[in-house]
Amino acid sequence: MKPHRKQRLMLIGLMLVGIGLAATFALKAFNENLMYFFSTTDVAEGKAPRDALFRLGGMVVKGSVERPGADLLVRFKLSDFSKEVTVEYSGILPDLFREGQGIVAKGRLDSRGVFVAEEVLAKHDENYMPPEVADSLKKAPEAE
Amino acid sequence: MTLESFFAMGGYAFYVWTSYGITFAVLLWNLFAPIVLRKQLLRQLALKQKRGQR
Amino acid sequence: MSFIPAPLSRFFHRTASPPHFYALADKLVPWLTVLFLLLLIPGLYGGLVAAPADYQQGDSYRIIYIHVPAAWMSLFIYVLMAVMGGIALVWRMKLAEVMLISSAPIGAGFTFVALVTGSLWGKPMWGTWWVWDARLTSELILLFLYLGVTSLYGAIEDKRSAARAVSILALVGVVNIPIIHYSVEWWNTLHQGPTVSKMDKPSIHISMLIPLLLMAGAFKLYYAIAVLQSAKLELIKREPSAQWVKSLLENKA
Repeated sequence: MKPHRKQRLMLIGLMLVGIGLAATFALKAFNENLMYFFSTTDVAEGKAPRDALFRLGGMVVKGSVERPGADLLVRFKLSDFSKEVTVEYSGILPDLFREGQGIVAKGRLDSRGVFVAEEVLAKHDENYMPPEVADSLKKAPEAE
Repeated sequence: MTLESFFAMGGYAFYVWTSYGITFAVLLWNLFAPIVLRKQLLRQLALKQKRGQR
Repeated sequence: MSFIPAPLSRFFHRTASPPHFYALADKLVPWLTVLFLLLLIPGLYGGLVAAPADYQQGDSYRIIYIHVPAAWMSLFIYVLMAVMGGIALVWRMKLAEVMLISSAPIGAGFTFVALVTGSLWGKPMWGTWWVWDARLTSELILLFLYLGVTSLYGAIEDKRSAARAVSILALVGVVNIPIIHYSVEWWNTLHQGPTVSKMDKPSIHISMLIPLLLMAGAFKLYYAIAVLQSAKLELIKREPSAQWVKSLLENKA
């Protein structure tokens, strides 16, 4: 390779390394802000903000969904498989809301430690299959 | 599967068909715009050449 | 280039010369179009008709057959552009500059499609058109990078220096690509994790996966066809008074 080309190639290589490093540091600094939601463990450990709006993500615990009144109020537990947080929400739930489903709720913690949600979004998983396959997957562990 | 249920998309017709519609519009535009522009450009250049020869 | 044998290097230089490339593109396009249709038609049929509905999302998941291939192309084309930018900067190869600049609108198109179809999928499933999570935001930045490349190139009068500026922008922007890809793993996002590229096994049923791969192949071929059309235009634009353009006009007349 001709020397001036080698030089240019080196320069580009250095440039890429530099940009990569700068990006890494920038991302490290913004890490917290780039999190779209807090986990239920974050809440239990007090990492989530008090008296401020934030988003809470987790799985709707099976069998925890209850409607205490005649109105739209729904109460359920969210879990990340280690800690649970109780959520209250009154409003229309998205199509995908069901037990065992991942969701992200926006709201704040009240004095009881209950997360009062203003908005609930469903977070679907990366699995796609026909209903028959899903059924047989559900049955399989029972048969064993 | 009937034709009706195909177009209904289980109640998600608006979302599914709008997605496909927009996609094909964008892809067709990006494919044919350069072809049309090239033909125009060649026509202009041919005209210029003819004028230059005279 | 010492490490590439001379005949091969000669072959590259010949193929990369505008008239040869122009003729080659004309020869390739019909074949690519046939292949494209061979993948697109079964892909669309498979995705919209043959594949079963999803157990949770019903028929709305069928948006995946354009959303995911478009998103893959938006990343793939940008990486190609960065490679072309590197080649253009080091070897000052005109064809690399032309391919880079011709790819930008096509990449922008795919990015736009990925964002819009994602929005149309998010509304019924997530319950919202848009959220500022890491995946969606980084993909939006990618759209701005593509538009930036096109407008920067248009803004600089001298096309050789325009190409150099654009090459640098393409190279700088490439850091965004791993960020987009890994955003769903590095941060909590509303967007779910990857489906197909998981190492163990894809979490999508085979009857749904096949149309997805067919559509991904079709989109790749579409890109090849579209970029050749775009490059042909750019080659003429760059040297309208070149001898090969003149003979092109004479052949047509």
